[in-house]
Amino acid sequence: MRAILEGSHTVAEAVKLCRAQVVSAYPITPQTHIVEALAQKAANGEIQGEFVRVESEFSAASVCLGAAACGARAYSATTSQGLLLMAEVLFNIAGMRLPMVFTIANRSVSAPLNIWNDHQDSMTVRDSGWIQLWAEDCQELMDMHIQAYRIAEDHRVYLPVLVNMDGFILTHTYEPVEIPTQEEVDAFLPPFDPLFKLDPKDPVTLGAYVGPEKYHEVRYCLNESVEEAKPVIVEVAESFRKTFGRFQGDLLEGYQLEGAETIFIAMGSLVGTLKDTVDRMRKAGHPVGLLKLRCLRPFPGAEIHDAVKNAKNVIVLEKAISLGGGHIVATELRSAFYGRMPAPRIAGAVIGMGGRDITAESIEKVYQRVVEGGEEFFWADLKEEVLQEA
Amino acid sequence: MRLLGVVTRPGTSRQNKTGSWRVMRPVFDHDKCTGCTTCETICPEGCVYHTGKTEYDSDLDYCKGCGLCAEMCPADAITMKEEIK
Repeated sequence: MRAILEGSHTVAEAVKLCRAQVVSAYPITPQTHIVEALAQKAANGEIQGEFVRVESEFSAASVCLGAAACGARAYSATTSQGLLLMAEVLFNIAGMRLPMVFTIANRSVSAPLNIWNDHQDSMTVRDSGWIQLWAEDCQELMDMHIQAYRIAEDHRVYLPVLVNMDGFILTHTYEPVEIPTQEEVDAFLPPFDPLFKLDPKDPVTLGAYVGPEKYHEVRYCLNESVEEAKPVIVEVAESFRKTFGRFQGDLLEGYQLEGAETIFIAMGSLVGTLKDTVDRMRKAGHPVGLLKLRCLRPFPGAEIHDAVKNAKNVIVLEKAISLGGGHIVATELRSAFYGRMPAPRIAGAVIGMGGRDITAESIEKVYQRVVEGGEEFFWADLKEEVLQEA
Repeated sequence: MRLLGVVTRPGTSRQNKTGSWRVMRPVFDHDKCTGCTTCETICPEGCVYHTGKTEYDSDLDYCKGCGLCAEMCPADAITMKEEIK
């Protein structure tokens, strides 16, 4: 069935179709519509599972941890400060190897208080052991959540997954969305088959003490598992294409890469803006292309190199900064490219922080600064008159 | 996919002898002991046991040497000695 759905309602519908058994969340802008819709579905009896109201995001994540430890399919959604409050639990969930899916309605972080979109929240927890997927539009949100549960619960992966969606830009935008039937989703996503769970008849402890004699190896195995998720993410996207006839990329998705001398790389809704901008720039005679980074963790460094190696320039547009450490994705890309040939020049722009609109014009300006001006790492669209207030 | 350090089955405390953390060790004087049971009750780890009315001792596999038994003993029958390995 095709319907005009808001991004947040698309996510709630997807979570319902995935038959989440325990949903626990605390409202925070711009995630509220997701939780509101799920609460309504639970009240209407459309969701057979338990909706657990809590007093904080820390508790929401903890409820999901406990639920998954007991073998239930768990779900939560948050953003920004809520995600930061969850951080301690996120590391525990990954370390305890509990598959689940959380949606992050990406928003800036305080202070100063700002409720609009950028990627600083999820980037902060990129080293937590969670797989991170980034959605471009409402249809991809529907499809990505269904894929995310299958990836998470796959016995070759067995890790939690964060699905990222741009706050307001996707959460509050209405788009036509193809909604699969319950039967189709059930056939694609079998019930959660836990490898281990808390059960009084067969008692176990999860996440117990491990001393220096083993902890080193424990983290080695966790890192190895995150890396090993790559082929499963690709396989699940392919299987989704075969079942539903839709494909929005696996680890990556290329757009106009043929003959592209300069390739943009971005995550989330910016990819949609970039597709239009690339078309416009191609018409104006600029040989540009686009690579959508759909999966940030595990980081597909070798795969990106393979996709862009014949270009002259790679421009990473990112809505986050590692304060004092530089551009995050661009830096990881440089690291992944080191020693690989051929090696395109890698440039990066921090863009659209705290909800600053990213227009085709701002992207074209970035292109000019890199390709004609030879700049490498910089902040796009900086307003001099605002800086003078400092 | 390798799982390591995730699931712990019951009974692992038998392999994990946490008494290795101890720097002080309780020494029981069976002649001074009145058999009041305070040490056995107060031990936070349940390590203190007895084999006769005044024959108390601590299970050094798990005793952390916290010294509560010595502190509480009304007969001063327990002294903490430095653990020398």
